[in-house]
Amino acid sequence: MEIFILLFFILVLSVFLGLELISKIPSTLHTPLMSGANAISGITLVGALSLQTSGTIQLVLAFLAITFATINVFGGYLVTNRMLRMFKKK
Amino acid sequence: MIEGNYEIFQQIGYVASAILFIFGLKMLGKEETAVRGNFISAIGMLLAVVVTFVNVIEPLLVLSAILVGSAIGSLFALRVKMTSIPEMVALFNGFGGLSSFFLAWSEFTSYKAISPLLLITYLTVFIGGITFSGSVIAYFKLSEIIKFNGAILGKLSRYFLIVFIITFLVALTQIILQILNITLIDFDLIQKIFLGLLIISILSGFCFVIPIGGGDMPVVISLLNSLSGIAAALAGILLTNTALIVAGCLVGASGLILTLIMAKSMNRTLFNIFFVGYSEGTSGTSDIEGEIKPINAEDCYLILEAASTVHIVPGYGMAVAQAQHVVKELGDLLEQNGAEVSYGIHPVAGRMPGHMNVLLAEANVPYDNLLEPKDINPKMESIDIVLVIGANDVVNPSATEQPGSPIYGMPIIEVHKAKTVIILKRSMSSGFAGVQNPLFFKENSRMLFGDAKESISKLVSEFKE
Repeated sequence: MEIFILLFFILVLSVFLGLELISKIPSTLHTPLMSGANAISGITLVGALSLQTSGTIQLVLAFLAITFATINVFGGYLVTNRMLRMFKKK
Repeated sequence: MIEGNYEIFQQIGYVASAILFIFGLKMLGKEETAVRGNFISAIGMLLAVVVTFVNVIEPLLVLSAILVGSAIGSLFALRVKMTSIPEMVALFNGFGGLSSFFLAWSEFTSYKAISPLLLITYLTVFIGGITFSGSVIAYFKLSEIIKFNGAILGKLSRYFLIVFIITFLVALTQIILQILNITLIDFDLIQKIFLGLLIISILSGFCFVIPIGGGDMPVVISLLNSLSGIAAALAGILLTNTALIVAGCLVGASGLILTLIMAKSMNRTLFNIFFVGYSEGTSGTSDIEGEIKPINAEDCYLILEAASTVHIVPGYGMAVAQAQHVVKELGDLLEQNGAEVSYGIHPVAGRMPGHMNVLLAEANVPYDNLLEPKDINPKMESIDIVLVIGANDVVNPSATEQPGSPIYGMPIIEVHKAKTVIILKRSMSSGFAGVQNPLFFKENSRMLFGDAKESISKLVSEFKE
């Protein structure tokens, strides 16, 4: 149980950190920021990698979880990069 | 021995990747460092994946899944047209939610008896499911493949959503009672309830987004983005994985901030956007005085040619017509003609936060020329000509002049204060808010009807002659 209290503590602190981090962004960067944050939400990939895979159902679910998280990660970072490249000052 | 050391190595890796995510996000928020910020965050992701990969149980399965995912993700990301970015971001986001959904499902299948973790499992499935199906509907709405119009469908969706949420809360309460030994349901039955929950979660996302209008999509996408982060963080608690918790919360918090910024730019509460919508808020329509004065491209050219300051306000109409390149060409010609050209960007113009910025950047408009409403409004009276290209609600003076209007109080770009306003529009239909726009009837307004791209192309060729 203690471990969960600790995890909850990390969760709360991270939320506050996130709120502090993102305040005051120029509206030009709203889309890249959202898209970049979206790529980070692909972190579920890390969770999916550590799933147990005993039995067919778990095997299939793990495969799907990894696949979709990877799409999120690759798609997210590449699209963000493409957008930001266009924003470069001339 | 290897096991123990490995654990420490992995945790240190997660700490490092958390630091990289934090710096990455911070740098994404500044124009000069944004590209590097995104890169640093990607390194963080790579690091987290690599330290996890070392003790993966089924390397073959994992590698093939990663291969499939990376191929699909890269293909989409590199081939998508810039005008389709909003729906692409929505779709990727949905896949993140779907991944959390499967993750929690897989965890559930390994439970043999009731445990407090079931509460988190339920929440992860529910939020992950909503993120996925909600994003899919957002994708269809934005790409205009399917339009979900009709008041009955909207009402029905809202009704079902409430039923689903109550059902979910009941299921959640049942688990709490079970943990407290108040109810004693067989675990077999709980497994069946869980399967029902999977379906309800997906359906809830559909019902949540279907009734929301296209004009409110920037808010919805930001919120779904936030939800995908929250789902990841909850999954992190399930798996006792700190990397998921920290990264998920960062995304959840940043998405929430963006959502609030968007809502504020429309002067509406989140409750109003998600559960009421514009249509039901309509009241107090007053008569609009004045008449519509159409103008043709030749006359428009003559006015533009004489202008020394021109301000361009783009909206969703520019995105639909894909007119950003001709707009930039016109801007260049005006500058060669000696005029000072600037662009006014409203935060909720378009279908995604910052949508207009992306399009104009694609057309190589330097972003020093892109002004926010608070910067351009004080100077509006000195502007000779404002060109409104496919924008409507964000330049509607009712927002400042008519207290009864549904959009009253929404910050707008006050183009009606300029000397002359030329509005490029396909027809006289009202904007997404469904509110009539008195701007079109003002003394200093002229309407240039037609497709935005064609109209501007005509102006460009006039200039070249």
